[in-house]
Amino acid sequence: MGASHGHDAADDETPGPRVLVVSAVSPRVRTIAVERPGPSDVTYLEAARKGLGVTLRHFVKNVLGKRRPAAALARGEEVAKQGLVPWNEIETIQYPEEKTHYPERFRGLHRLMQRDDGAVRCVACMLCPTVCPAHCITIVPAEADDQGVEKKPAVFEIDELRCVVCGLCVEACPCDAIRMDSGVHAKPVEHRGDAIMTREKLLDLSKQVGKDPASTATQGGEGPDWRE
Amino acid sequence: MQTLYAVLDHPATKWVLLVFVMVMPLASLLTWAERRQSAMMQDRLGPNRAAPTFAPWLKLKGILHFVADAIKMISKEDFIPGNVHKGLFTLAPLLAIGPVLIAFAIIPFGPTIYPHVLDGTLDPLLLASQPEHQDFLHSIRLQVASFDYGILFYFAILTLSNYGGTLAGWASYNKWALLGGLRASSQMMSYEVAMGLSLMGCFLLVGSLEPGYIVGAGASSKLAPSNPLNWLWLWQFPALVLFMTAAIAETKRAPFDIPEGEPEIIGYFVEYSGLRWGLFFLAEFIEIVFISAVITSVFFGGWQVPFLDADGFRIGGYMAEVNGQLVSTGGTVLNLPHAVVTALQLGAFALKVILLCWFQLLIRWTLPRFRADQLMNLGWKVLLPLALAWTMLSALFKLAAIHFGWV
Ligand code: SF4
Ligand code: SF4
Repeated sequence: MGASHGHDAADDETPGPRVLVVSAVSPRVRTIAVERPGPSDVTYLEAARKGLGVTLRHFVKNVLGKRRPAAALARGEEVAKQGLVPWNEIETIQYPEEKTHYPERFRGLHRLMQRDDGAVRCVACMLCPTVCPAHCITIVPAEADDQGVEKKPAVFEIDELRCVVCGLCVEACPCDAIRMDSGVHAKPVEHRGDAIMTREKLLDLSKQVGKDPASTATQGGEGPDWRE
Repeated sequence: MQTLYAVLDHPATKWVLLVFVMVMPLASLLTWAERRQSAMMQDRLGPNRAAPTFAPWLKLKGILHFVADAIKMISKEDFIPGNVHKGLFTLAPLLAIGPVLIAFAIIPFGPTIYPHVLDGTLDPLLLASQPEHQDFLHSIRLQVASFDYGILFYFAILTLSNYGGTLAGWASYNKWALLGGLRASSQMMSYEVAMGLSLMGCFLLVGSLEPGYIVGAGASSKLAPSNPLNWLWLWQFPALVLFMTAAIAETKRAPFDIPEGEPEIIGYFVEYSGLRWGLFFLAEFIEIVFISAVITSVFFGGWQVPFLDADGFRIGGYMAEVNGQLVSTGGTVLNLPHAVVTALQLGAFALKVILLCWFQLLIRWTLPRFRADQLMNLGWKVLLPLALAWTMLSALFKLAAIHFGWV
């Protein structure tokens, strides 16, 4: 309490017992003022009135006020109010209709890049399943049709439920075949199996993302800087 | 026509109209209002998207959630646990909801309608001097039953709904349910005492226990019954606070939800499911409506619209019954047809009831719940002495008022 820390008892604002008098004979003997519940505490009227005031204020504000525009809500940004009606304090974003703001650097699901002819660019070198800390990439290699690249993935699966989104697979890939830049949000699924991205799904994401020149760059046989 | 009036004036017709046109829809809408209102008080949106599959755009701010609730409750399995006392288990929900519906009989939900003057203006002075005039041959009194013991009937009948909770707890053969049932009975007993006593001052002042009479008379004959200053909220404000507190405790909802005690014992209906549980749920909401109706009738002038007398709005002057004699002191009268007056008064009653329901929800979502000992302390050591003291004060006031001719 205040007295034990050497404070003056009078300017101790903390609630609780206050030391009034310390005995001259022994510092252990003290007179302490304890706040007993007064009449307004016993009937709860004062506290109830205060509480009702708070909830009533919120109610009126939220019923009469307009909702801040969803986009502003999503970015957590204040917007200047128009006219007399104030903004209310409801911060809910109505999810399927309104989406929350994704940061600039949001990457989204993996995608597999393709070549000019639409074939998958991956050469099944097994670097990404090796580096993946979550062991969520499964690749079964097969012989490629193009003799220059030797191998292609017959099966390429990423279990998005296990993926920890570390991006190491993208770093590891020597031929820029796997990227995490589709911007597609991982969807909720009803069965675990649905969360496994197959080769076709990953390629499809590449097609969805559009005609990014990098995703169809030719590769192989053009010297060390074919990735440019 | 004659038979039509007779049928309309029959208590059964009026009760069915009151309960199924006004009370039931209001109680069901309250289930929606409670969720939306609590959301608004807590900066949320609340349920707002229930819509029929064939019309997904028909969201109506979520009002249809109560339809979805009803469908859910009706179509749920009617499960009765193995060890329960089947008879009492089945009876309990009915006992919870039945008495409240019966108690609505005493509520005056509108003025007396005189069908022959519906399109013309009703002359209150003519009505007072010649009640047997052929204009007033038929009348439909918008109150199911007016007993002299009016509000006492409510106290008596609502005690019965005690048995609903208590029997549900006992018949469930479940310790938590039994605890809930016991808590329900102890709480209802304690607060009934204070509730009854808190209204005694009003009865003394008005001189009647009949809500219809209280609405028609007001506190003082020096003011028109339609004058808001003549309604008892002003004359008996402490009684209003006391009665409201006790009555909210009777509904067994937060902050007095000890019998339900969701965080600890789940309450006397822990073994109930589906429609049987739904009846308990609905009974609570009907009780809210009922309490609002009683408070409206006793404290807020019932169906009276401010300054609207039977013949129209009266500004300056007043019309009131003095010593059984209806006198009018003139003033400017804006005459209105009897039909319009009646419609306004019915609307006023509904509006007051809805506002009071809203206020009860506001309280329910604001105050934290009491502990069992605080609950009993409040009931016995605060409400009861205050109610007694207020009864004494009111009696003294009434004596003085009679002596000095104030009222
Ligand atoms: S992002 Fe990380 S965890 Fe996910 S697949 Fe790539 S390496 Fe594995
Ligand atoms: S690191 Fe690249 S090329 Fe190698 S297996 Fe993975 S995706 Fe294919």
